Amino acid sequence: MSHAATEDAVQAETAEPVAPRKKAALSEGKRAERRLGWLLCAPAALTMIAVTGWPILYSVLLSMQRFDLKFPDRTEWIWFDNYITVLSSPYWWNAVWVTVLLTVVTVAVELVLGMSLALIMHRALVGRGIVRTTTLIPYGIVTVVAAFSWRFAWTPGTGYLAEALGGDPVLTEKIPALMVVGLAEIWKTTPFMALLLMAGLALVPDDLLKAAAMDGASGWQRFIRITVPIMKPAILVALLFRTLDAFRIFDNLFVLTAGSQGTSSVSMLTYNNLIKGLNLGIGSTMSVLIFIMVAIIAFVFIKLFGTAAPGSDDGGKR
Amino acid sequence: MGATRRYRLAAGVGAAVLAAGTLTACGSGDQGITVNVYKYPQENFQAIVDSCNAKAGGRYNIVYNKLPREADGQREQMVRRLAAEDDSMDVLGLDVTWTAELAKAGWIREFTGSVKSQVENGTLKTPLETATYEGKLYGAPDNTNVQLLWYRSDLVPTPPKTWDEMISMAEALVAEGKPGQIVGQGKQYEGLVVLFNTLVKSNGGTILDENGTKAIVDDKAVEALEALKKLATSSAIDPSFSNAAEDNARLAMENGNAAFQLNWPYVYAAAQKKPEFAKNFKWAPYPTVSGDQAKVTVGGINYAVSNYTAHPDESFDAVLCLRGAESQKLAALKDGVPPTIRAVYDEPEMAEAYPMKDDILATLENASVRPRTPAYQNVSTVISTILSPPGSIEPQATADRLRQELQDALDSKGVLP
Repeated sequence: MSHAATEDAVQAETAEPVAPRKKAALSEGKRAERRLGWLLCAPAALTMIAVTGWPILYSVLLSMQRFDLKFPDRTEWIWFDNYITVLSSPYWWNAVWVTVLLTVVTVAVELVLGMSLALIMHRALVGRGIVRTTTLIPYGIVTVVAAFSWRFAWTPGTGYLAEALGGDPVLTEKIPALMVVGLAEIWKTTPFMALLLMAGLALVPDDLLKAAAMDGASGWQRFIRITVPIMKPAILVALLFRTLDAFRIFDNLFVLTAGSQGTSSVSMLTYNNLIKGLNLGIGSTMSVLIFIMVAIIAFVFIKLFGTAAPGSDDGGKR
Repeated sequence: MGATRRYRLAAGVGAAVLAAGTLTACGSGDQGITVNVYKYPQENFQAIVDSCNAKAGGRYNIVYNKLPREADGQREQMVRRLAAEDDSMDVLGLDVTWTAELAKAGWIREFTGSVKSQVENGTLKTPLETATYEGKLYGAPDNTNVQLLWYRSDLVPTPPKTWDEMISMAEALVAEGKPGQIVGQGKQYEGLVVLFNTLVKSNGGTILDENGTKAIVDDKAVEALEALKKLATSSAIDPSFSNAAEDNARLAMENGNAAFQLNWPYVYAAAQKKPEFAKNFKWAPYPTVSGDQAKVTVGGINYAVSNYTAHPDESFDAVLCLRGAESQKLAALKDGVPPTIRAVYDEPEMAEAYPMKDDILATLENASVRPRTPAYQNVSTVISTILSPPGSIEPQATADRLRQELQDALDSKGVLP
């Protein structure tokens, strides 16, 4: 693979002088470099398309069929009937609202907590290593393991948290169970948020803050007027990552409630229909709908809020 | 250089270990045919496998592969591998409710000829029914189970025959300030479906039609829903009924809160660890709405042979041994699972381990099966979701909703909650 790519690159370089150059916008060297770049990433891009494109297309095809492994002889094309079934199902909309609620609440709390943690880690004068390490512990634990420890903690009879709160089986009622799931999510991923935000904090020049302090800006004013605007790209990227992740919440829920009592997220519901129910048609329809929702979230963040990868601002482009 | 040498040494040792592993693997393959059995973790099952291997005399070697402990996990693993046409699974230990699904999907083989007659010979009727789909036999019943009514003889001199009698006796006890609660399975899971099915069938009602293609939920089923609601809203019901599974019910009674318990016979063995409690711990047939004999839902395990096995003859042969009378007796005595072969109940050792065996047999001979349909998983999920919590059942409205959503599930049109 790499050998072929090098050969192509050599060819590309040697072919360059023959190419017509009408627009002098790009210099010859830069054009050659750009073409080399395309050629170098082509194998990877093609592989990616093959391994991600086909499954996506396949699930779109499945979502338009009645395809139930339990009834193999009933397979037929039904076009958008599955979408009608799913979109008119109260279970689906319940799952959508549960997912949206969990996403909005956990991401908002994580942003506030993560920002405070990032500031602490950034400003800590003593024990910086200790602070950073302890903060990162929850993020370092495997999600399923962490979820199990939460489950046991909330199980009456075995758990300290359940006993401390009167011994009610909180995980068997919708609202309390969702609160526990949210809590577990926040505990688990706040460190990730803090890490991303800390990278943003490093971008804020100290001189600017000092100058503002000289002009009499209070700590809060400096944070809101200087730190946050400069950090905006980092905050948006952190929010985008977390929103996309939180929207697909599965492992915590799977261990804590397995979606009972109406606590299913969209991913949980898809899993139940696809893997448990063996209904590939309905399950694929849900996967496609999740794909669309995630795409919308990404679109809103990137186009409307102007989120961009750190470092890819205009200065970096050619 | 020292580092390189050490590295080489480590690599050499690693290679040797790998080679040894491969060699032994080849070695066992050469000895003959392996029959892979996939079954739930049963404590003394290896002993049964060993004795069957001895009987096979080298024709094949049975290997016991443990599935996850929870039924959902077992089904999921088998179904995923069967969907991928995995030929490394030969014999499958199936919950009685999965037969139709796997048979319809074409994943398990029909029992025919002499194997079929050997399985049918002497086997109890209802467990055989669970292994049958569309008139064909797809499984060999291994063990079975039925619930009984358990009560405290110090509080209840004569056990109730009808549902209402049980509730009023319990309410009277509670009113007197005695531990008169009724405990059972009301959590949103399969146990609630078992309770509902028992009530409907005992009342002569129907959930799905005979072919499992049409949702019926008739007036008799509505009466069963009324009975369930009456229990769940009674002053004598265990306050955590809507979250209780088998073991919660058992513990609530052992802790001295309850006078009545609807549960599987394993609670008897467990109670013997508390002699004070055990001496008043008695059983009776399951109560019904009408007072007639109950048609209690059967549980249990059937063996099936995968459609993708490379050794069907050996697999069927292994099944016959694994579920043979001797194996069933061992499992009944050591693992506490009631046999499916009628004659095993008459073995002398059974009387001590199963003092309630006559009641189990009588119940089994008039037992009922859960709806037989390939979509059972969906049917079960729909029922437990709609009936949960049992206290909020509105008999007629709940029945209408059940009928609608069950029909969608059967037509693979519905969304699983």
